[in-house]
Amino acid sequence: MAFEYAPAPESRAIVDIKPSYGLFINGEFVDGTGTSFKTVNPANEEVLAEVAEASDADVDEAVKAARRAYTRVWSRMSGAERAKYLYRIARIIQERGRELAVLESIDNGKPIKESRDVDVPIVAAHFFYYAGWADKLQYSGYGSTPLGVAGQVIPWNFPLLMLAWKIAPALACGNTVVLKPAETTPLTALLFAEICQQADLPPGVVNIVTGAGDTGRAIVSHPDVDKVAFTGSTEVGKAIARTVAGTDKKVTLELGGKAANIVFDDAPIDQAVEGIVDGIFFNQGHVCCAGSRLLVQESVADEVLERLKRRMSTLRMGDPLDKNTDVGAINSGEQLMRIRELSQVGDAEGAERWEVACDLPTKGFWFPPTIFTGVSQAHRIAREEIFGPVLSVLTFRTPSEAIEKANNTPFGLSAGVWTDKGSRILSMANRLRAGVVWANTFNKFDPTSPFGGYKESGYGREGGRHGLEGYLKGADS
Amino acid sequence: MTPTPSSTASSPSATGVFDDVVRSESSLRRFLHGLPGVDQVGCEARAAGLATRSIKTTSKAYAIDLAIRMVDLTTLEGQDTHGKVRALASKAMRPDPADPTCPATAAVCVYPDMVATAKQTLGESGVHVAAVATAFPSGRAAMDIKLADTRDAVEAGADEIDMVIDRGAFLSGRYLDVYEEIAQVKEACGDAHLKVIFETGELQTYDNVRRASWLAMMAGGHFIKTSTGKVQPAATLPVTLIMLEAVRDFREQTGQMVGVKPAGGIKTTKDAIKYLVMVNEICGDDWLDPDWFRFGASTLLNDLLMQRTKMTTGRYSGPDYFTLD
Repeated sequence: MAFEYAPAPESRAIVDIKPSYGLFINGEFVDGTGTSFKTVNPANEEVLAEVAEASDADVDEAVKAARRAYTRVWSRMSGAERAKYLYRIARIIQERGRELAVLESIDNGKPIKESRDVDVPIVAAHFFYYAGWADKLQYSGYGSTPLGVAGQVIPWNFPLLMLAWKIAPALACGNTVVLKPAETTPLTALLFAEICQQADLPPGVVNIVTGAGDTGRAIVSHPDVDKVAFTGSTEVGKAIARTVAGTDKKVTLELGGKAANIVFDDAPIDQAVEGIVDGIFFNQGHVCCAGSRLLVQESVADEVLERLKRRMSTLRMGDPLDKNTDVGAINSGEQLMRIRELSQVGDAEGAERWEVACDLPTKGFWFPPTIFTGVSQAHRIAREEIFGPVLSVLTFRTPSEAIEKANNTPFGLSAGVWTDKGSRILSMANRLRAGVVWANTFNKFDPTSPFGGYKESGYGREGGRHGLEGYLKGADS
Repeated sequence: MTPTPSSTASSPSATGVFDDVVRSESSLRRFLHGLPGVDQVGCEARAAGLATRSIKTTSKAYAIDLAIRMVDLTTLEGQDTHGKVRALASKAMRPDPADPTCPATAAVCVYPDMVATAKQTLGESGVHVAAVATAFPSGRAAMDIKLADTRDAVEAGADEIDMVIDRGAFLSGRYLDVYEEIAQVKEACGDAHLKVIFETGELQTYDNVRRASWLAMMAGGHFIKTSTGKVQPAATLPVTLIMLEAVRDFREQTGQMVGVKPAGGIKTTKDAIKYLVMVNEICGDDWLDPDWFRFGASTLLNDLLMQRTKMTTGRYSGPDYFTLD
């Protein structure tokens, strides 16, 4: 008899999803003047709530509230006082961790094991970390003068974590924010707004406006926004760069990626296989720094692929709220279409598709963990970001060839190196044109470590001391 | 480095597949050192990740009964008496006297001088007698004494022999000596099954555990076992993970299955289930059987029984409702 795991669902009773949500402006939830949209559970297409779509006028109200809070309260407060609020928020996030994790999994589709063990703990860690900087900015190297009002637009892949990456350093440095969560995942940002109320954060310091592209454009182009921070697609990032060109706005962009995960023949093979799986199937591959190109040395390619396939067959796909689920739902029908389309391009271009044999749920958005072998640099699936659980496998013969292939992309967000040789790790890291290089691990995040890209993966850094630079005027001012 | 040919021709490898590997000290060292390295952080993260599996209701009931059937109920004390061993053997056959549906354990594990007593009590119950031999737990004795120790236990009726390797020889790189030792003990075992104890707490690194695993499998061990229980740390999840990967890869290469036995420090049902999850996801169904996976434990059994009773009655009863031995 096989060892079947009985369903182990995390209870949803802890979250209270309201039928409709307004905008969080000046410390209060208000009805927007625009229309509304629905957010759905991608695992079963259940409509979760109606959410207001912020109009230009709503965004203007939010920016005004942020400006008032900036001028009258937040920029005048001492760093130590600001830190108290950030520490308080961090503690409330920990206290309400299960609620946040469950809501994140319901709205986003990611497995509860990830929202519980990765997203929420790192979110709290970010607030703790930047709280620590608030009264030490004079030692940052970037001065201690805030910029003003920050307009922040974040993606749907890590709704709460991206919010933390944006809001924690902005607030620590003395800025106030207007933040727009993605239209498919607004709920945890709205729960975060409640947490701001619970923490008695002064009104207007954090404003959350929900909506889609138009709302984002209104924020980015608003004349009283001093700083624009965006995480998302390279296409939108370019549009933002055009919008703010010629203005005084400071910009940081964290965009797409097509990371090479490079496995040498002397790698710890079993751990490398784990790293490949973490690299591309973590969060259904909805990760800008995903290791979506596996570069494996030819001499071990067969062995690595065989082991990878065996390991993939043990991945458990299904209900995101089941504690034993490894791979959850694709975030939206639109994204599923894109993954399918690019995978079909892979077939058409002659790459060989292999996917885990499993029954997909009939409702919701699902795509099985998939690898393409026989991929070359010329294939679109080796060049374009698929942003899904699809791995393109390429081979190399020498370290130089690995470097050439890894760097031969318009992106440059992250890379991975697997080898038992310490010296090779260092020489590879020096030659890889990527913002983050992981050695014998992948997709590890820590608030103390800066994150950001080369080339079309964006500019500016988030996290660590470097993450302060985007929210301060600089050492000379 | 000049390869030094071994002075005596070594024993052929158990499967024949590795005859070239075990031909000399240097060829054996090259093979063992050529196995892929283990990244400590990654290995421990994988074990910790598997330990988060949530095993409830029917799957928990299945796991508890399976774990009971996999226990080598153990007493290895200087103060052991024939009476104590008889009591333990009775418990192994009927772990829960109040519930006839409760399965028996796989074996009782005792010192060689207690084998006859254990055998007498167990009779034809199907519960095996395992004996620790080869100057357990340190293994510090001359080879002929270790072999005599083994033969003594087998003659007294032991079905299984748990031997210890010479860790000193292993750590000083004399792999062929360790190989020979295992091969000779195996011969002395006759029909009895051989479990090879590494004492992973003394080998320390995961690379060493992987090498020791291959060494023991090539020499013909039926089981590879983590620890004596006398050294801390004893069994851990990451060490067992490495050993499970080794038996999985060995079957891939030779078609032959080898069992794994973590021993020492596994005290709760929760712990035992973590190990079973690991067996399931690393090696698969085939190893989820007392013939291929065992727990070396003494206190674990009562926790399994308590949890089992809780599953069937819905109530926890106190430790007084379960027999000491």
